[in-house]
Amino acid sequence: MRSIFKSLGPVLLHRAGWAWCGTTLLAAVLVLAGCTKSPEPPVKGSPPHLRLITTQQYINTLSHVFGPSLHLELRFPPMRRTDGLLENGASVAGVTAAQLEQFQRAAAGIAGQVVDEGHREYLVPCKPADKEAADKACATEFLSRIGPILRRRPMTPADTQVFVDQAGVAAEKVKDFYSGLAIALEGMLISPEFLFVEEKGEPDPDNAGHYRLDAYSLASRLSFFLWNAGPDDQVLKAAASGDIQTSRGRARLVDAMLASPRLEDGMRAFFDDMFAFDDFDTLSKDATVYPFFTGVTVADAREQTLRTVIDQLIVKKKDYRDLFTTRETFISPALAALYNIPASPGWQPYEFPADSPRMGMLTQISFLAVHAHPGRSSPTRRGKALRELLLCQTVPNPPPNVDFSALENPDAHYKTQRERVAVHLKNATCAGCHKIMDPMGLALENFDGAGRYRATEGGAPIDTSGNLDGKQFPNVQGLAQALHDSPTLPSCLVSRMYSYGAGGVPPPVDRPMLTYLNKRFADEGYRIPDLLKTIALSNSFSQVTKIQPSMAPLPQDEPAKPQQQVTLNQP
Amino acid sequence: MSKLTRRRVLRGMVGGVAVTVGLPILDCFLNENGTAWANGEAMPVRFGTWGWGLSMNKAIFVPKKYGAGFDLPEEIAMLAPIRDHINLITNTQAYRDNYQNLCHYTGWVISRTGAAPKDQKDIPGETVDVTIANQIGRSTRFKSLTATATGDVRSTFSYENVNTPNAPDWSPLQFYTRLFGPEFPDPNAPTFTPDPHVIARRSVLSGVLDETKGMMRDVSAADRARLDQYFTGLRHLEMQFDQRLEKPKPIASCQRIKAPEKDPPMGLDADGVAVRHRMMTDLLVMAVACDQTRVFNMAYSNAQASTIKPGYEKPHHTDTHEEPVDPKLGYQPNASWFTRRAMESWAYFVEAFTKIKEGDGTLLDNVMIMATTDHGYARVHSLDGMPQFTAGRAGGKLKTGLHIDANNTAGTRLGYTAMRVMGVDRPSWGTNSNNTSKEISEILT
Repeated sequence: MRSIFKSLGPVLLHRAGWAWCGTTLLAAVLVLAGCTKSPEPPVKGSPPHLRLITTQQYINTLSHVFGPSLHLELRFPPMRRTDGLLENGASVAGVTAAQLEQFQRAAAGIAGQVVDEGHREYLVPCKPADKEAADKACATEFLSRIGPILRRRPMTPADTQVFVDQAGVAAEKVKDFYSGLAIALEGMLISPEFLFVEEKGEPDPDNAGHYRLDAYSLASRLSFFLWNAGPDDQVLKAAASGDIQTSRGRARLVDAMLASPRLEDGMRAFFDDMFAFDDFDTLSKDATVYPFFTGVTVADAREQTLRTVIDQLIVKKKDYRDLFTTRETFISPALAALYNIPASPGWQPYEFPADSPRMGMLTQISFLAVHAHPGRSSPTRRGKALRELLLCQTVPNPPPNVDFSALENPDAHYKTQRERVAVHLKNATCAGCHKIMDPMGLALENFDGAGRYRATEGGAPIDTSGNLDGKQFPNVQGLAQALHDSPTLPSCLVSRMYSYGAGGVPPPVDRPMLTYLNKRFADEGYRIPDLLKTIALSNSFSQVTKIQPSMAPLPQDEPAKPQQQVTLNQP
Repeated sequence: MSKLTRRRVLRGMVGGVAVTVGLPILDCFLNENGTAWANGEAMPVRFGTWGWGLSMNKAIFVPKKYGAGFDLPEEIAMLAPIRDHINLITNTQAYRDNYQNLCHYTGWVISRTGAAPKDQKDIPGETVDVTIANQIGRSTRFKSLTATATGDVRSTFSYENVNTPNAPDWSPLQFYTRLFGPEFPDPNAPTFTPDPHVIARRSVLSGVLDETKGMMRDVSAADRARLDQYFTGLRHLEMQFDQRLEKPKPIASCQRIKAPEKDPPMGLDADGVAVRHRMMTDLLVMAVACDQTRVFNMAYSNAQASTIKPGYEKPHHTDTHEEPVDPKLGYQPNASWFTRRAMESWAYFVEAFTKIKEGDGTLLDNVMIMATTDHGYARVHSLDGMPQFTAGRAGGKLKTGLHIDANNTAGTRLGYTAMRVMGVDRPSWGTNSNNTSKEISEILT
């Protein structure tokens, strides 16, 4: 109850109609809970998805199943960024033959590690009677434990038997129990049941005429949303018992998942995706202009922001908007040089002083360097990124027939970026878009293309004034505050987070759901864990539409090929 | 064991016992003319693509002379060693029809798919290399290989469909391992022993195929198409396993090349890109020579190329828009610097195929490569005056050494020509104004 009082406190002061709800304090609180938390609007729902597993989900899942000692340096092709998120692309991504080959190689490598002599002692829960022969009992014990976790659903004895038989046949062929086991595991890892996260619907008993995700599909959706990994034993148990389909059971489960250390993996994945940090994979700078900007800088810049995000939003549960004004962060030795502050070993918490121009995420190297040219800053790129990544707005593509005559004037020696981009604003064709990007990007001009502070450019002082949607500011601190105060900032996050969890943007008819989530997010102080919980417990998160299965004929079996007969060690 | 038939050798079986069989590389694996394998199988004709961004500067790129023996203006002077191995087709057009001219996108998408994209997320059909790979690539270890010199796994001009790019190999080390690592079926290895693990793996695949069919029953039409694609991939994997159980036929031109010591550093400086391009090219070309694939793609850059000239603040794309046209030279000197670097890599790419002897000629004689870009003049995003190249003789089906004026006809004629040369039987290719049923007859023998 304490948390209910706490969360309702600020709301009570601002609700004109609160007295209407009751007379006693207890009654007021109980009833107001209903008043302030306006009911979730009904939704139509989206079709269940068939999501291709991402590289990080693959790695997280296997790390959770087999522990951290496996070498899992994998990099599958990324999804296509769809509606702002790579994760949304997972619902439409296809698999090429080359990609499947990659999956197979990865599976073989991982399965081989699991059964090698360094791991089998603690990853395989039994020992075969004869290492050089099939062992049905031991194979069954291993595969029946691993299988449901990897496939995210229970396995029937018949399902298990298929894999046990495969392990047995393979063991006999290669005269090695563990190799046989590895080959069966490899089969699980290239199975569609593992590589595709299949969601299934079922009639909703509480909502006649509607469909909901079945228990295991809901378990997977929750798990990938919050942990960026498949469900563990506990989540699968909640699905098996049916608890996950009850309000209380689901709330209990979500609370436990939010309290799990795996939440950090999940939120790192979400913000890495939302902030388009995949751009770091190919980020480099012109070494002649920024010789100090190395591969270590690139990795640490990404890590700095993710550490800050987790610390501020998950550990300290601060207001999401404060991410853009906080002076608290973490610094590594490689970054200390760029920030011009003393270096200490390892990652250290650091707070920029009040008179520092560094304030909020926009002034971190992750934002400044990624959204710049290899050899110079770019107000336009920074402004565009701010609009598209943080405010979920779309900046139209440039027109093909732009008049560049002003920029081409060889007599114009522009000293600063402000002078250069001013040309955009004088040209009517360019101005339409550049005026929504350049003015905020110019406020970041005290930072060069690598993110270092500078007071002048080309010998001229830098003017960092600008505006964001009509709000004027004199410097980067003003930009940070304007962004913090923009109502679009939290609504963008809500939209991204919802579609990230649900596998895609909601259909237009379900947009009132986003309005509802925005209000809840605001009412609860823009706290990420609260928003995660609201989304995870919402009806819309689990509601789906009925699927119309394809009627296309199934592929025909190819004629059986003669079985290869290879015999080893034959006398 | 009076006669060791090829079949018996390839099965690796003698009396049910595993065997290790020595097979020398013999000239008798070729016919007398050096144009076919000894068993009568024609030498395979392969298809490849090469892509570069931001086109060219017409005044110093387009030769004045047409036909054979064309001149090489300064922007393509470095093509001298390969001039007679290529065709340069200038003055082609991409028609955007009712859609916008999407900067650095519409042009290359039309060249590769035959249709104009409606927006920058649209790929209106499979790319030409995929069509051809479906025709000629199903029997090799890799249906196709795709590589990039940018180091970016997103740099590709090859798509199965809008949601399925053929992601490129970008790391020379990883590419080497994929091609020539432990699973490389060396056709000239002195011994061959079938790996029983592979047999076991193959049998496991049957179960995976069955599971896929089970999943197919429950999903929507769109997801069914994705599972169909996955199923096809499984079938290809099955075929790869089958191939690993058979002794491959010796190929004299195939040599397992030395593994790169390390990957070049990430970055888009032109020198670094050239190094990565050379490393990826060498691997790719040998993979083709070893008949690991018959379809290949190389992206020198993205269409909106971000290549850097060290010490110069504007990357290539920015430069094409912001650099003044030098009034004396009549072109953008730095933009031209970037184009020249791209053309140097194109020359390296083509020449690499000439360095491998195959039969009486070189590998290039049995290859057709088409090279395309995104615009005619990148500075103004024009879709006319677009240059294209071909390289190789495609087993004698193509002439080379010609400069051809396309006379502002559809650039899709090149893709259509490629399909016809590679045996894809279709009466026309392309959509709306980009539809064509005319090959570039000048280059056909």
